[in-house]
Amino acid sequence: MTEIIGAWRGFEGGTWQKEINVRSFIKHNYTPYDGDEAFLEGATEDTLALWDQVLELSKEERAKGGVLDMDTKVISTITSHAAGYLNKDKEKIVGFQTDKPFKRALHTYGGIRMAEKACKDNGYELDPTVKEFFEVHRKTHNAGVFDVYTPEMKACRSSHIITGLPDAYGRGRIIGDYRRVALYGVDRLIEDKHQQKITTRSAMYVDVIRDREELSDQIRALEDLKKMAMSYGFDISRPAENTQEAIQWLYFGYLAAVKEQNGAAMSLGRTSTFLDIYSERDLREGRFTESEIQEFVDHFIMKLRLVKFARTPEYNALFSGDPQWVTESIGGVAIDGRHMVTKMSYRYLHTLTNLGAAPEPNLTVLWSTRLPDNFKRYCAKTSIETSSVQYENDDLMRFTHGDDYAIACCVSSMRVGKEMQFFGARANLAKCLLYAINGGVDEINGKQVGPRYRPITSEYLDYDEVMERYDDMMQWLAGVYVNTLNIIHYMHDKYCYEKIQMALHDQHVTRWFATGIAGLSVVADSLSAIKYAKVKVIRNENGIATDYEVEGDFPKYGNDDDRVDSIAYDIVHRFMEHIRKHHTYRGGIHTTSILTITSNVVYGKATGSTPDGRKKGEAFAPGANPMHGRDNHGAVASLSSVAKLPFKDAQDGISNTFSIIPGALGKDDRIFVGDLAVDLDCTTGACAEIPNLLEGLDISEE
Amino acid sequence: MKGYVHSTETFGSVDGPGIRYVVFMQGCPMRCLYCHNPDSWAIGRGREVTAEELLLEYEKNKMFYRGGGITVTGGEPLLQVDFLIELFSLAKARGIHTCLDTSGITYSPEAKDYVSKLDELMGYTDLVMLDIKHIDPDEHRLLTSRDNGAVLAFARYLAEKNIPTWIRHVIVKGYTDDPEALRSLGRFIGGLRNVRALDVLPYHSMGESKYRELGISYPLEGMPSLDKSEAEKAKNYILEGVREARRSK
Repeated sequence: MTEIIGAWRGFEGGTWQKEINVRSFIKHNYTPYDGDEAFLEGATEDTLALWDQVLELSKEERAKGGVLDMDTKVISTITSHAAGYLNKDKEKIVGFQTDKPFKRALHTYGGIRMAEKACKDNGYELDPTVKEFFEVHRKTHNAGVFDVYTPEMKACRSSHIITGLPDAYGRGRIIGDYRRVALYGVDRLIEDKHQQKITTRSAMYVDVIRDREELSDQIRALEDLKKMAMSYGFDISRPAENTQEAIQWLYFGYLAAVKEQNGAAMSLGRTSTFLDIYSERDLREGRFTESEIQEFVDHFIMKLRLVKFARTPEYNALFSGDPQWVTESIGGVAIDGRHMVTKMSYRYLHTLTNLGAAPEPNLTVLWSTRLPDNFKRYCAKTSIETSSVQYENDDLMRFTHGDDYAIACCVSSMRVGKEMQFFGARANLAKCLLYAINGGVDEINGKQVGPRYRPITSEYLDYDEVMERYDDMMQWLAGVYVNTLNIIHYMHDKYCYEKIQMALHDQHVTRWFATGIAGLSVVADSLSAIKYAKVKVIRNENGIATDYEVEGDFPKYGNDDDRVDSIAYDIVHRFMEHIRKHHTYRGGIHTTSILTITSNVVYGKATGSTPDGRKKGEAFAPGANPMHGRDNHGAVASLSSVAKLPFKDAQDGISNTFSIIPGALGKDDRIFVGDLAVDLDCTTGACAEIPNLLEGLDISEE
Repeated sequence: MKGYVHSTETFGSVDGPGIRYVVFMQGCPMRCLYCHNPDSWAIGRGREVTAEELLLEYEKNKMFYRGGGITVTGGEPLLQVDFLIELFSLAKARGIHTCLDTSGITYSPEAKDYVSKLDELMGYTDLVMLDIKHIDPDEHRLLTSRDNGAVLAFARYLAEKNIPTWIRHVIVKGYTDDPEALRSLGRFIGGLRNVRALDVLPYHSMGESKYRELGISYPLEGMPSLDKSEAEKAKNYILEGVREARRSK
C-alpha cells in the first residue's frame, strides 16, 4: 500500500478512504488504552480563566431569572449569526450558537407559537414581522400537524393519554456523524452527496422527489457549514490535520446542528475514540503535549455545556429543568473483541474534575464486563466524586447495534450516521387501564375520549375481565398513537427538516419509529392487586370509576417476584405487538422505550387514582422503576424485576433511575471502587478470598 | 427445617465483603438502646422459610454476589443455630461465602450441646462479624440489658478456633465514646489473633421511626446521628489499645 500523505499521514488505510466510513477508520487506527488515569493533566490557566467567566455569566443568568439574552428578531440558521467568543485569545475551541455566549437563538420552524411563548415567558417580545411571516407566508411544523390531526387525536392529546408529543417543538433525537467533518472535510462530503443525487431513481414517485429535494437541502447546509466555519477563520472544506482541528471541525458540525434545530435532544454521538486517533498521532509526532490536548478537550466540553435553547416553563416542567441532552457515548467493546477505551475516554471524563461536575454534556459510559479494570475503577471514582456519569449496557446494545452506535437523549441507541429516530413521546398505559374500566371515558374530565366500549360495572374488579378490556383498549390506543406520530414526522420532515444532521448521514438511513410507555409499574401493580388482592371500585355520581379500595396484600413489581414481574413483561410485549400492527411513516421500524426520567411527575398529575392504591395526581415512578417505596427487598431484587422486561420489545431503551445515599454502597467510597471491580469482573471463586477492609486492622502492622 | 426470618436484603453492601444477600433472622434476647431493628426482637414470629428457599433466592441473582456471599444477621441469628447449620452447610456445598453477624450473647461454655452445635456451624462459616457493644460489663448491661461475659467468651472461643473475625463497635455519644473504655476494648481485641478487621460505626438515628410505628418509646429519643469523624477518632483509641496489647506480648 502506498504511504498516505497530507491530513491522513500516519494513518492505516482501509475502506474509509474509498467511501465515507468513519467506523472503518476507527477500527484500523485506534489504540485501546489499558493504563490508569495517572497521565491526565489538570486545567490550564486559560481554562480556569474561561471557566470563571462562564460561572460569572451563569450567575448573571440566574439573577435575571434564567435567561440572560435572547434573539427575538434573527431566525436562527447555520449562518444567521456572526462569530461569538468568550475571550478569543484564550479559547482553543471556538463557536457559539449566536454572536455571543448565553444569548439564546430564535428557532421558529418547529412552531411560531412556541417561539413566541418562549420569548414572552422569559420577558421578551417576538419581533412582529417574524410572527407575521410565519403566520402568513411560511407554515411551521406545528401548523402542519394541526391541519391534519383528527378530533380523536386532539382529544387524546388534551386528556394526556398520549403526552409529550413533539408537535410544537423540534423532535431532536437525531445524531449527525459530526466526525465526518473532521475526517473528510466538507468538500468531500458535498461531493458524496452530489453522487448520491445521481443515484436516485428517475421515475418521480413522491418519495423520490422528497429524497432529491432533501439531498439538495443537505448540500446547501454543508455549504453553509463551511461559511459558518469561515466566519471563525477556519477553512473546513479540507480534512482536519491535527487534534485541535479535529475537535474544532467536529464541533462546527455539531454547532451547525444546534444553530439549525432546537430539538428535544441534541446528542453528540461517539467521538472520543475517534479523536484519540488524532491525539495519539500528535503525541507521537510531538505536536502537542498532554496538557495541550486536555486543554482542547476542556474547551470543547465547555462549549457543549453552553448549548442553550429558548424554551417555555411548561417545557422545562416536562423535562424537570432545561436539558439539552448533549449525550456523548464513551467506551464499549468492538466487534473484533477489543475494548474501545482510549486515553481520550479518560480525558472526556476528566473534564468533570477540571471544570467541575455538570449534567451536560451527558457523559455516558457504554459499560461492558470486558472494559479494562483501570477504566472501571476510574469511572466509579468519577461517579462517586461528581454524580455526573450515566451508564448503559453495551453488552446488550452491541448485539443489535454493532460497535459504532451512540445514545441519543438518555437511552436511544442508533448507529451513528446510519440510523436515525422519529421521536414519539409516550402513551400513558396507566390511564389506558382506567379507560378500559370506564369504557373510554376519561376519569378526570369525564369526556368520551376512547372508543365507547362497554365499561366494567361490577363492584369488585375481576382480573380476566379487566385484562380482556385492557387489551382492547391498548389496541385502540396503539392505533391512534402510531397514526398521530405519522402526522408529526411527515410534517417535521416537510417544515422543519434537519438539513445538516441528515447531511451527516448515509443516503439510505434506517429510521427507528420510537414510541414510548409511561406508567408501567402502576399498571403492573394495579393488575397484580386485581389478581391477588381484592379491588373495590368507587364510582362518582355519573358512574365513572374514580377511586379504588384495595383489600389485602398483593405482589408488587420491584421485588423479583415473578407473579407480578410477568405481568409487567406481558404488558410491554402486548402493547408492542399492537404497535407493530400499524403502518409507519417512511418505513420506520417500530420500537418502544420505557424511560420517563422526569416527566413521570407530569404524567401522574394528569392521571386519576389507579387500582394499585395510587391516588389521583400522584407521580408515576420514573421509567421502568418500581413505584416508590414498594420495592422492599433491596436493590438486587429491584433491579432484577426491571431486568426481566423484554429488551427485544423495548429496544429504544429501558431506564431505571437509581439513587443511593452516601455510605450505602459500602463503608467507604474507596471500598466501593474496589468492590466494583471484584464484583463485576470476578470469574474465579472469589468467595474464598476475603478482600482487605481498607480501614480495617492491619495485622502485620508491627 | 424452617427458620423464622424477619426480612431479606438482596443488596447488602455493609454487612461483610462485597455485595451480599443478607438474611435478618427474627428474635433477639438483647434490648440495645440504639437498636435500629426493634421489629426483629420478638421470638417465634416472622416469615417461616426453609434454607433451600433462601438459597434459591440467592442463586437467582448470584451474578450480583460474585465478590460477596450470604450474611446472616438479625435479630440474633444464633438463637436459631440448627437452622444456621443447615443454611450454611448447604451454602458451603455450593461454594458460597458465608458470614455470621452476631452479638455472641447466646454463648455459654457450659452448655455442651450448644457448643458442639456451634463447633459444627463454625465448620461452615467463613467469617464472623462480632459486635462488641461495650468492654465494661456494667456499661454493657446498661446499654443492652445483659452483661458482656458471654460476648467476650465467644470472642475467645472464635480466637481459639481461629475463625476469621471482624469486630464491630458502634459509637454512641455519652455511652460508648469514653477513650479509656475504647483503649480497653482495643487491648482485648489485641489479644485475639483471628481478628482481621475493625469496623467502627457511628450511631445513626434511622431506627427511630420504627419505634414510632411499633408504638414503643425510643430510649435515645433526640440523640443526633454521630459524625463519621467521631467514629474515626474512636477507632484510633481502640487501635492504640490493640497496639499496646500486641507490644506487650
